[in-house]
Amino acid sequence: MSEKEDFEPKIIGFLCNWCAYAGADLAGVSRIQYPPNIRIIRVMCSGRIDPAFILEALKDGADGVLVAGCHLPSDCHYISGNFKALRRIKLLKKVLEQFGIEPERVRLEWVSASEGDKFASVVKNMVGEIKKLGPNPLKNGGKVNE
Amino acid sequence: MTKEKLKFAFYWAASCGGCEIAVLDINEKILDVVQMADIVFWPVAMDIKYKDVENMPDKYIDVCFFNGAIRTEENEEMAKLLRQKSKILIAYGACSHLGGIPGLANVANREEVFEKAYLKNVSTVNPDGVTPKTRAKVKEGELEIPEFYDTVKALDQTVDVDYYVPGCPPQVELTINAIETIAKGELPPKGSVLAPLKSVCDECPLNPTKTDKIQISEIHRIYEIIPDPSKCFLPQGVICMGPATRGGCNARCINADMPCTGCGGPCPNSPEQGAAMIGALASLLGLGEEKEKYTEADIEKLVAQIKDPLGTFYMYSLPSSVLRRRVMKK
Repeated sequence: MSEKEDFEPKIIGFLCNWCAYAGADLAGVSRIQYPPNIRIIRVMCSGRIDPAFILEALKDGADGVLVAGCHLPSDCHYISGNFKALRRIKLLKKVLEQFGIEPERVRLEWVSASEGDKFASVVKNMVGEIKKLGPNPLKNGGKVNE
Repeated sequence: MTKEKLKFAFYWAASCGGCEIAVLDINEKILDVVQMADIVFWPVAMDIKYKDVENMPDKYIDVCFFNGAIRTEENEEMAKLLRQKSKILIAYGACSHLGGIPGLANVANREEVFEKAYLKNVSTVNPDGVTPKTRAKVKEGELEIPEFYDTVKALDQTVDVDYYVPGCPPQVELTINAIETIAKGELPPKGSVLAPLKSVCDECPLNPTKTDKIQISEIHRIYEIIPDPSKCFLPQGVICMGPATRGGCNARCINADMPCTGCGGPCPNSPEQGAAMIGALASLLGLGEEKEKYTEADIEKLVAQIKDPLGTFYMYSLPSSVLRRRVMKK
């Protein structure tokens, strides 16, 4: 097995309170198995996620960041927070590419409160993808490259 | 007996020299400065050697205005020396405050910078492919020049900094305010940026022209269109960094019909200037229709119009941003 596939990625998940977090909860109570590589942070809305949160997570060595919110177009509890997230993440990914960080490390998904199985498969799939990418290049003892 | 005069020093590291001119831009106020302070070190205007600074006792200089980023061994050495010799060290101007324009070199490394500057530049004639070397053997012996670093740093990433005066170069009012504050001895807590807390938009004369809801569906670079000088730049599709930039400049670029490029650095409440602008600008992108009708492809098209987002959002603040530079390949 290659060194890349050997490593266990650390993924930070920002999940919205109304859909994705409830979806993750459902995955839990339904006892759906998925890899334990994700650390979940609940936020009120995917539109609350400042791009700086994602940059900080990557700087501190997260191998991937998952942002999950309510389905487009009209599931958002706050009407359009998910659209806000969509536009921000697309723009952020362009910037990340210029920073030399694979944009695939950041992922935006829509998961409803009834989609426990989708949440589990998103995490499973993401862990696989990040394993292929290898560890975050900024992860050298938490020290940003100088 | 009159009060003893203060001792000021001015130094430039990796900078363009504009900050030195900004000091003189205070015009006749410079006479007040000379009255209250002796200038003991100012390489751009005085004949004085680094040795003379080394011979000063520690904390001899009362206030040192340091402009320019840290990119070479010499910059770093002088930053450390002036820190040791100064009671108050002020990062003066965007380069020492945030890394500034030289900090954009953090999207490359030393090798790439040399290649571009000394080999591939169209106006460069260098048939032997000579690039600067820290040590070089010549007929007369070995020469040594300061090392050029891969990464440009802001002053506070090298030494402890007491205060910051933002701007590229700092606005005259900010410079005068800083000097007057020092003269009165009413300095704010250490680490303060000596500028207002609010964004450029707060001071912008075009702010009242802004509509409640801005939607940008086409983005233009400033040379592509002639913007209406009586309207906010953003609804016209020109990226203006005003919302993510600390004011204190009286919106001087906007008053000259140019959009803000962000030299004031981040506002205190969102210290990642680029992220703040990504957040602000992305929220304004739209197609003038109901959001429900957008597809992901529409959004991708909108975002693709922004050329060089890193260079636009981090024009002055790349070294002091969260990621600080492009990932260094091992």
